[in-house]
Amino acid sequence: MPPFQTLLDEHAADVMGVLRGAVGRTDAEDCFQETFLAALRAYPRLGNAENLRGWLLTIAHRKAIDHHRANGRKPTPMADPPEVPFEDPEPFDGEIWTAVGGLPPKQRAAVTLRYGSDLPHTEIAAALDCSPEAARRSLHEGLKRLRKELA
Amino acid sequence: MKATLQRLTERAEAEGLLDVAYANLDSPFGPLMLAATARGLVRVNLPNQDPEQALEELAAKVSPRVLEAPARLEEARRELDRYFAGKLTEFELPIDWALTHGFRGKVQRAINRIPYGQTRTYTEMARRAGNERAVRAAGTACGTNPLPIVVPCHRVLRSGGGLGGYGGGLPMKEALLELEGVR
Repeated sequence: MPPFQTLLDEHAADVMGVLRGAVGRTDAEDCFQETFLAALRAYPRLGNAENLRGWLLTIAHRKAIDHHRANGRKPTPMADPPEVPFEDPEPFDGEIWTAVGGLPPKQRAAVTLRYGSDLPHTEIAAALDCSPEAARRSLHEGLKRLRKELA
Repeated sequence: MKATLQRLTERAEAEGLLDVAYANLDSPFGPLMLAATARGLVRVNLPNQDPEQALEELAAKVSPRVLEAPARLEEARRELDRYFAGKLTEFELPIDWALTHGFRGKVQRAINRIPYGQTRTYTEMARRAGNERAVRAAGTACGTNPLPIVVPCHRVLRSGGGLGGYGGGLPMKEALLELEGVR
């Protein structure tokens, strides 16, 4: 197994990106810590260094789900809605990821893994522990819903 | 991200998940890489040795839970700085011998008892490790010392007074002996 530090060097940014998409910027930090501590705990027993990125993203996905469960699945509350004039545009990405955060867990995971981490369908399937076909379907449903909400 | 990663190493340390911590250190000879387990210093990587390879070896032989976490190396850093400044003649930091075994391990522990500013021969080291005829093996034990500088294999010379070898290169061996006032 490679030294754990190389996993951090190579994948920390990706994991953080996925978590920000899944639980929002504020809570991503905690989920990030939980993800890497869980990974560190399990690492010596993993015994297979082939798809460490997929493995980390799977753990991150589970931590994001745990987080949503703990929060009773309510959408992330915004303490201080930004008082900006309407014409002041929100970053385009921000709006989309907020909408992504409101998707059901499987769809949300599929969308963030595909567009947040640029994973192919097969790796999304591995991360979500489902068939590539089911991963494709979740992604498709998620995108459909996003299009409707953002239209 | 830097603060996030630092928090992670602190939590890993607190939860007993940081099996091998490492840090880089500037020295008069170039960058050193130091690694420590919870028991003590386990590896000193010299400037001309590949740190990546050293970390892979630690991952394979000690534990793959290897993280850059300079906090644990503070004591080693302080002692080495003082040594290079000529102000420290005996390292006091605890050592973890996890990377040494068998006859080589015996030789390396014997090397660790050679006082500052003194030298021994490969033959003497072989004798102290229990086999006077294993001079070549004693040489190999010096060459594979996982803790050079701290375990002072630079103090071991050929019987005729020749320098012998050094993992960090002969100029470094000469400079260390000079620092200790030997040559």
